[in-house]
Amino acid sequence: MRRLPFFLGEAYRALRRNAAPSLAAIVTIAVTVLLVGVLVPVLDASGSKTEDVRSQLELKVFLFDDASKQEIANLEDRIGRIPHVERVEYVSPAAALKILEEDLEDRSLLDELNSNPLPPAFNVKADDPDNLESVQTALSPPSSAGKPQPISPAIDEIVTGEQTTQIREVTGAVKILLAVIAVLLAVASLFLVGNTIRLSIYARRREVEVMQLVGATNWFIRWPFVIEGLVVGLFGALIAVGILFLGKVTIVDPLSDNFALVENLNTISFAPLVAALVAGAMVVAALGSGVTLRRFLRI
Amino acid sequence: MARARTRSRLRARRSRMPGSHPRRRRPPIVELRDATVVYPGGHVGLERVSISIDRGEFVFLVGPTGCGKSTFIKLLLRDLEPASGTVRVAGKDINEMPRSKVPLLRRRIGTVFQDFKLLPNRTVYDNVAYALQVIGTPRSEIKRQVPEILRMVGLGAKIHNYPDELSGGEQQRVSVARAFVSHPPLLLADEPTGNLDPETSIGIMQLLYRINRTGTTVVVVTHDREMVDKMRRRVIQLHDGRVIRDQAAGMYATDEDTSEFGARVRSEMGVAEPDDEGGGALL
Ligand SMILES: Nc1ncnc2c1ncn2[C@@H]1O[C@H](COP(=O)(O)OP(=O)(O)O)[C@@H](O)[C@H]1O
Ligand SMILES: [Mg+2]
Repeated sequence: MRRLPFFLGEAYRALRRNAAPSLAAIVTIAVTVLLVGVLVPVLDASGSKTEDVRSQLELKVFLFDDASKQEIANLEDRIGRIPHVERVEYVSPAAALKILEEDLEDRSLLDELNSNPLPPAFNVKADDPDNLESVQTALSPPSSAGKPQPISPAIDEIVTGEQTTQIREVTGAVKILLAVIAVLLAVASLFLVGNTIRLSIYARRREVEVMQLVGATNWFIRWPFVIEGLVVGLFGALIAVGILFLGKVTIVDPLSDNFALVENLNTISFAPLVAALVAGAMVVAALGSGVTLRRFLRI
Repeated sequence: MARARTRSRLRARRSRMPGSHPRRRRPPIVELRDATVVYPGGHVGLERVSISIDRGEFVFLVGPTGCGKSTFIKLLLRDLEPASGTVRVAGKDINEMPRSKVPLLRRRIGTVFQDFKLLPNRTVYDNVAYALQVIGTPRSEIKRQVPEILRMVGLGAKIHNYPDELSGGEQQRVSVARAFVSHPPLLLADEPTGNLDPETSIGIMQLLYRINRTGTTVVVVTHDREMVDKMRRRVIQLHDGRVIRDQAAGMYATDEDTSEFGARVRSEMGVAEPDDEGGGALL
């Protein structure tokens, strides 16, 4: 690496002397990074919202009022050991009433009750909402007669949320859609950046030919191109990040002050996003230069 | 290093033995044996060509367009590989070395082409310096050697110009300077004067002749029959990829120095002495 100064000098010379293609590459990278920089938080926020909705899906296992403490403890233990069950939460009648109280606007409704009508229950969460069904089957397997029979006489009823299936399907589709968009975006950015670099190197293929003629090794030829790629990636990403920052300060931040919604979108925070974008752009551009050169080096 | 030292010690011992001719034992700088080149598509570029060129020779390679002259040059640079036969440079079969060693081969061979092949966005100085940077020559050495070689080819004053600010003859001088700056044992010139007028051509030939006199083997591809006749050096003639004549220099003018050479060729070709072309005076 004692040749580093030489390679840096070569890269600087190339950038200065091929200003037009370098600028084109920088702009392409800036646009791509901008696109990625906007879409990643959006995809991420939609993804986590979807995940949020899905994670709220659960089974409610209502018990008879007369279930004994012993029965409840045993049952909790048994449910916890069913495959795919992630969490079992016992909700006593008192706790259920409290939740109801908090949910209701008009407390007076409850005051008229002289006893607690709510049954004890378990909230059962699966590791994935798609597994709720198998958990339900495990809780009340079909008996020899063919009718589902709860595993414990203490169980009164097992209830899945009304729209569980629907929500599961919709959110599943959204997840796939988001993944497809993310993949398309990644492919498009790679293609865009790769193509720009290819053009800029193509314009210099004769230069590469001459370098080989005087006995330059492939890495000797390649290093300045890789460094150039790093620099181009850095500048492109910095421009994009600047624009993103302006957008954040002028659009997103005021919005999130006014709307809880925007604030609640818990997505990647700005600093790691910027770091990832800059590093990604530099790596892609440098790799793009280095790899594209292979064709001209005929190795 | 160690091996080189052993070899030179061996050589020293051999030369002390009576009746041995150590210098003659050195392999020819270029040796083709039955080399055949077939281009993709089946066209035969060279057919069973056997040529041996000794160190220090000055050889012309002539023949009509398409007879395989450039193919021969490319073969020596391992830009092409023979379909059969062997190509040896300084005794080494260059097609047996790994691809990664090809740059090392090319550093030992200076090349000059009809179209100069200069890097357009580098100055004259940087073009020549690049050939030294490639082989890892220290900066201080480069700073010393480049101006020196440029003075030798008569371009001392144009050192910071870009190629497109120079005449064709001047650009070719830069290219010759680049080819020779690392003092390679072999210099290949593929129609170096193809784009130049007769007077400028003589200047370039004179330069190549001077380089040859430092001990470098020079192979010049040319169309210029008249120049070949006047220079009286070995001529290899190709036709349709075959050697049809290999004339070991009919009447070498014994040991002309460069200016005698220039003067003779000029007068025989009826070209006047140059009054500017910088390098002329120095040569
Ligand atoms: N890359 C190539 N592919 C196919 N044929 C080629 C190629 N290069 C040269 N040839 C053919 O090989 C023959 C010799 O070419 P070349 O050595 O360039 O001739 P010249 O003596 O004019 O330099 C020509 O007939 C040419 O058409
Ligand atoms: Mg040719």
